[in-house]
Amino acid sequence: MNPPSVIDLPTFEALKEAMGADYINELVQAYFEETPQLLSKLQQALSKQDCDAFRQAAHSIKSTSNSFGALQFGTLAKELEMMGREARLDGASGKVKSLVAGYETVQQVLEELSRG
Amino acid sequence: MANSSPGRLLVVDDNKVNRLLLGRSLEQQGHSIEMAENGRQALEMMHAKPFDLVLLDIEMPEMDGYQVLEKATADLKLRDIPIIITSALEELNSVVKCIEMGAEDYLTKPVNPVLLKARIGASLEKKRLRDQQRDLIRKFATSEVASDLETSGFSLGGKFVEATAMFSDIRSFTTIAESQTPAETIELLNTYYTLMFEAISDQGGVVNQMVGDGLMAIFGAPLVQADHCERAVKASLDMIDMIQLLNVDRLAQGKAEIRIGIGIASGQVIAGYTGTIRRATYTCVGDTVNLAARLESHTKVVGKPILIDGTTQSALSSTIKTEAEGPFQLKGKTVEAQVFSVPLDQKM
Repeated sequence: MNPPSVIDLPTFEALKEAMGADYINELVQAYFEETPQLLSKLQQALSKQDCDAFRQAAHSIKSTSNSFGALQFGTLAKELEMMGREARLDGASGKVKSLVAGYETVQQVLEELSRG
Repeated sequence: MANSSPGRLLVVDDNKVNRLLLGRSLEQQGHSIEMAENGRQALEMMHAKPFDLVLLDIEMPEMDGYQVLEKATADLKLRDIPIIITSALEELNSVVKCIEMGAEDYLTKPVNPVLLKARIGASLEKKRLRDQQRDLIRKFATSEVASDLETSGFSLGGKFVEATAMFSDIRSFTTIAESQTPAETIELLNTYYTLMFEAISDQGGVVNQMVGDGLMAIFGAPLVQADHCERAVKASLDMIDMIQLLNVDRLAQGKAEIRIGIGIASGQVIAGYTGTIRRATYTCVGDTVNLAARLESHTKVVGKPILIDGTTQSALSSTIKTEAEGPFQLKGKTVEAQVFSVPLDQKM
């Protein structure tokens, strides 16, 4: 993921405008609270081969990430959600790793954007 | 777009970001918001506080959206609160299931603020209309009928029930009406109905018809009461007592006394809602009802205010005194009816 395309700016700006500049910080903080928890749920679900829990965690990550404009990250989460839905977690491990790694970048960029 | 008036909304979502997003949008539209993290918490809050609308996520830990819907739609207290499902676009199958289970509408996440406003506005408006309708039912129907309607829903079907029918009517009402102003007559009728309603509902009866100076009441339906005969007779004695009190007042004001006649009969009746979907009333029909009406008009012949049929009389406890008036050939009846009067002085 290249930093410029990590967060889709029009989506983020529209959200900021809709929610108010003061509120966007609170939202971003909530996202920072939730997402690491969801990522660890995802990893746990993978190790237990719990497709349902896997799908749910991926689904949550996808929906909130898309709201902030983290579209690439969201697309990856969506792919994982589909794998959970179709109960085929065999090839998921690599994608989960990419997702976890991708989150760091998402977090950095969002942090900057919400300050700016 | 019409500005909807604000409502008390509950946002249910296990994802904090989703809750905040939705909550913020709704607050900006003027609504007051509370939030729940899962289905169990949502149901607890719905029981504790009155909400106008619930926005419900489907997938949640502890208790999911389906379970909330199932419990809420089966709960008399909660089933009138509209529930809007918030779901991701690809969950359309789940949405269909929710609508079939009784959800009012759905919104896809991320929620579009314009669509949100329109859907919330429409649902709140529908809820207000339903609340108004329920208030009207409460106003114009007795509480028993209203709660029967609320539990069984509105259907115009009928059923056979064992019940006691009562007719009551003011004697020589036309003469009384001619001797006073129209305003006085309406006031008299209002006082009369207030007193009669009180006596009848105190005994668990339901007034289901008021025509001019006459009324019809049912005991034992729609709520089943084993002692409906006794209740009807006790109510009739209370009614006469109240009329006597009213007369003390009227005499003091130099007005004519009023007298009422009451006919009571028990047995099988056909009970149900009659009318149309727009206007209906809970009523009872059948031979028992006709007999009660005939007994009421027969009070004029016998000169006693309360007449009851044999079926009612045989079901009374020994604390109520009755006097046999012998068999009567009642108008329109092929078989003679055993008629009893109920003396006003019940002291043994």
